[in-house]
Amino acid sequence: MNPLDSILGTIISGLVLTVVLAFLASAMSATTGV
Amino acid sequence: MEYLLFIERWVHFLAGIAWIGLLYYFNFVQAPAVAAAAADKGGPGPAAIGKYIAPRALLWFRWSALVTWIAGAGLLNANFVAAFTLQDGFVFIGIGAWLGTIMLLNVWGLIWPNQKKILGIVTASAEEITKAKRIAFLASRTNTMLSVPMLFFMASQSHGVL
Repeated sequence: MNPLDSILGTIISGLVLTVVLAFLASAMSATTGV
Repeated sequence: MEYLLFIERWVHFLAGIAWIGLLYYFNFVQAPAVAAAAADKGGPGPAAIGKYIAPRALLWFRWSALVTWIAGAGLLNANFVAAFTLQDGFVFIGIGAWLGTIMLLNVWGLIWPNQKKILGIVTASAEEITKAKRIAFLASRTNTMLSVPMLFFMASQSHGVL
């Protein structure tokens, strides 16, 4: 079943994506030198 | 210059609220309402929604989406390329910009062309309309999903790196 078929599935998918992208963004930003 | 950026941010907020507000209306209100109206045998049915409400909502929806993007692009200003190429210091807002761009392309490339078939604005066979309904629905749900991280990264710009 597609999680986008339910509103709850959509929001949860959005939150999961947010966490994943936030970790990715943090990792990319961590390379900023002093 | 600062005044121009401030006005661009203001326009970005105004148009963005219209865009995402209507997106949430479509997903949390209209879609469930149309389904309920169609299932309510003997009830008035969803025809008025498709005839009077949806076209108006879609008009404001698609144009506010475009204005939001243009104002956002203006707001990035000289950092436009740095944001979209995820350079140091622009990773967070860049991801937000990419998400907003994907959402805009979704609106004009998938949602609106398919809604035109669904609403009878352009001719389409019954089979094409059935397909269009599924595509438009999933595209709209995808945008609802993407709005969650998009707003996170937009807000993150004011709060430093995590």
